[in-house]
Amino acid sequence: MKPTLGQDSRRSVALFAAPALLLFVLFVALPMLLAAGATLTNHRLMSPEPTRYIGLDNYRRLLALDLVVIEPLRDARGALVRDEEGAGPRYPTWRQVRQQHPQLEGYRAAFHLDAGSSRIVLAASDPLFYRSLINTFLFAALVLPLQCGAALGLALLVNQKIRGRIFFRTVYFAPVVTSMVVASIVWAFMLNTDRGMLNELLRGLLHDPNAGPDWLGDSHYALPAIALMSAWQGAGFQMLVFLAGLQSISPELYEAATLMGANAWQRFVHVTLPGLRNTIIFVLVSTTLLAFGLFTQVDVMTSGGPLDSTSTVVYHAVRSGFKEQDVGYGSTITLVFFLIVLALSVLQRMLVAKGASK
Amino acid sequence: MNRLSPNRGARRLLRDAALLLAMSALGIVFVAPLLFMVISSLKSDAAIFANLNSWSAYLPSSDWSLRNYSAVFEKSELPAFLLNSSLIAAPIVVGGVLVNSMLAFSIARMRWRGRQPVLALVVAMVIVPFEVIAIPLLSLVARLPWPGIEHGQLVMHTGWFNSLHVQVIPFLANAFCVFLFYQFFRDIPPELDEAAKMDGAGPWTIYARIIMPNSGPVIATAAIVLFISAWNQYLWPIMVIQGQAFRPVQPGIQQFFGRTNSWGQIMAYASVITLPVLAVFLLFQRQFVASVAGSGVKG
Repeated sequence: MKPTLGQDSRRSVALFAAPALLLFVLFVALPMLLAAGATLTNHRLMSPEPTRYIGLDNYRRLLALDLVVIEPLRDARGALVRDEEGAGPRYPTWRQVRQQHPQLEGYRAAFHLDAGSSRIVLAASDPLFYRSLINTFLFAALVLPLQCGAALGLALLVNQKIRGRIFFRTVYFAPVVTSMVVASIVWAFMLNTDRGMLNELLRGLLHDPNAGPDWLGDSHYALPAIALMSAWQGAGFQMLVFLAGLQSISPELYEAATLMGANAWQRFVHVTLPGLRNTIIFVLVSTTLLAFGLFTQVDVMTSGGPLDSTSTVVYHAVRSGFKEQDVGYGSTITLVFFLIVLALSVLQRMLVAKGASK
Repeated sequence: MNRLSPNRGARRLLRDAALLLAMSALGIVFVAPLLFMVISSLKSDAAIFANLNSWSAYLPSSDWSLRNYSAVFEKSELPAFLLNSSLIAAPIVVGGVLVNSMLAFSIARMRWRGRQPVLALVVAMVIVPFEVIAIPLLSLVARLPWPGIEHGQLVMHTGWFNSLHVQVIPFLANAFCVFLFYQFFRDIPPELDEAAKMDGAGPWTIYARIIMPNSGPVIATAAIVLFISAWNQYLWPIMVIQGQAFRPVQPGIQQFFGRTNSWGQIMAYASVITLPVLAVFLLFQRQFVASVAGSGVKG
């Protein structure tokens, strides 16, 4: 047999490609397909009862939404009843509302908005899913500018020709190789209200012995605190990617810009940013997807609390699919989430590409 | 030129000083939590809390000791968990380097129809977070068979829960590693293996004798990526492992964190499971930085 430089023989191609491809099919493609099927059933992880086909019930349970307008309570003369503090009008309880609106059977209030004296309530059959979805978006919106901005800043710094830059590059990268569990535990200590160093620092700076919030115990601060910690842990990775992008920009472009009288800021806007276009797309997309996977920090630091303010979609999926063993429902959350992630990354790619072509 | 140089030199010095200052300030932010972790692991709990509101939180106290370390090694299951994590990470690194480089080799150095779509799929899979497939994967491994021997007879068990292999096999194929290898193999000059092909060498010979021996940096990088992700697994083991026998270190520290009140011991535990990863990274960081950095730009 003569060796040829044309097509390689099928057998040898199969020998090389098959092991990894089989593993991908078995552990990525097959689970996703099974999950798509499981969303139509009440399959449970360990259950003596046979799995039943239930149609789109899981999707209905997950996504069902309704809006109700609730009028405030009035006394016999028609005047508004004030709540205990006398601040706002009092509204009927959710139980009373449900009796008036039979279609709300199985729904609970997720959010409400006060318009005039009446209150508009968004009711869902799984309010925790919507809460988790909004938390996940909120987290991404917090962590994206923080982490990508920090990464670009660090990359610009360690790209300077200065002694010690390799050392600092290593220092900024060190948190990336630290596991998220360890990072979460150490930060849980540092974020402690009374003794944590973050609040000690704030008290020192503000000369106020009572300064500093209850970071992980206050529903307004818990998610931002987790975002801060996550950006600290992850920025070093994006820094490396930006650094490579910076080093691929031809130095001649900078020389030309300098000759034309451009100052440092103009060089950054007109040479650096356009040169980093592909890198920026990659970093934005990958950081967004990482942010959407938020689970470990929440599990270690807050368990989804306080008041569900740090519950995320993945946390909710694990709670349903694993802790409550409801694989059908957990798979439904996962699949809907996967579609959202996919749509978002396509959208983001399109937006960034459009912005860059202007 | 000459006329300007003293002024220029001074400005340059000023600029460098400002840069160094900025880099150091940021360096403190990035290193302080890790430094605090290691330093606190050497202190008694009383000393940790006494030092909190000053710089001494980041400095060893005069009575530093390894007492916290001996405590976690003696009273917790840390040694067993370290062994489990090693037994999980080692086959993932060895097997992962092998299967991922082989797939990359077939895409980059062999000619066959379908390699472009396969490459596109691999690239698409790189950015899918593991969290997305965790629950579907959980219900799959609950149903997979695994051979065992009972009373001298081969029997098939159903379900992979509570084992080492459930923590290894799904993580061998790694899209990011395939992509790293693909990029590196693609840039190896074709003359290198064409000569061997003329001499009648088959693809296995080219892979094992020519391509892999010339791929040191990317092998190091893939090994680090695989090692770090295997060592730092958390979500998967908390779902598939009950009981202590097969538990790895990350769920281990989470469990320890929930059970003990001694921060010194928690920090000692954290340091023990973090320092090996830091050491591996520091050892290979030049290759690692070069190839990880390249992956985003060309991709």
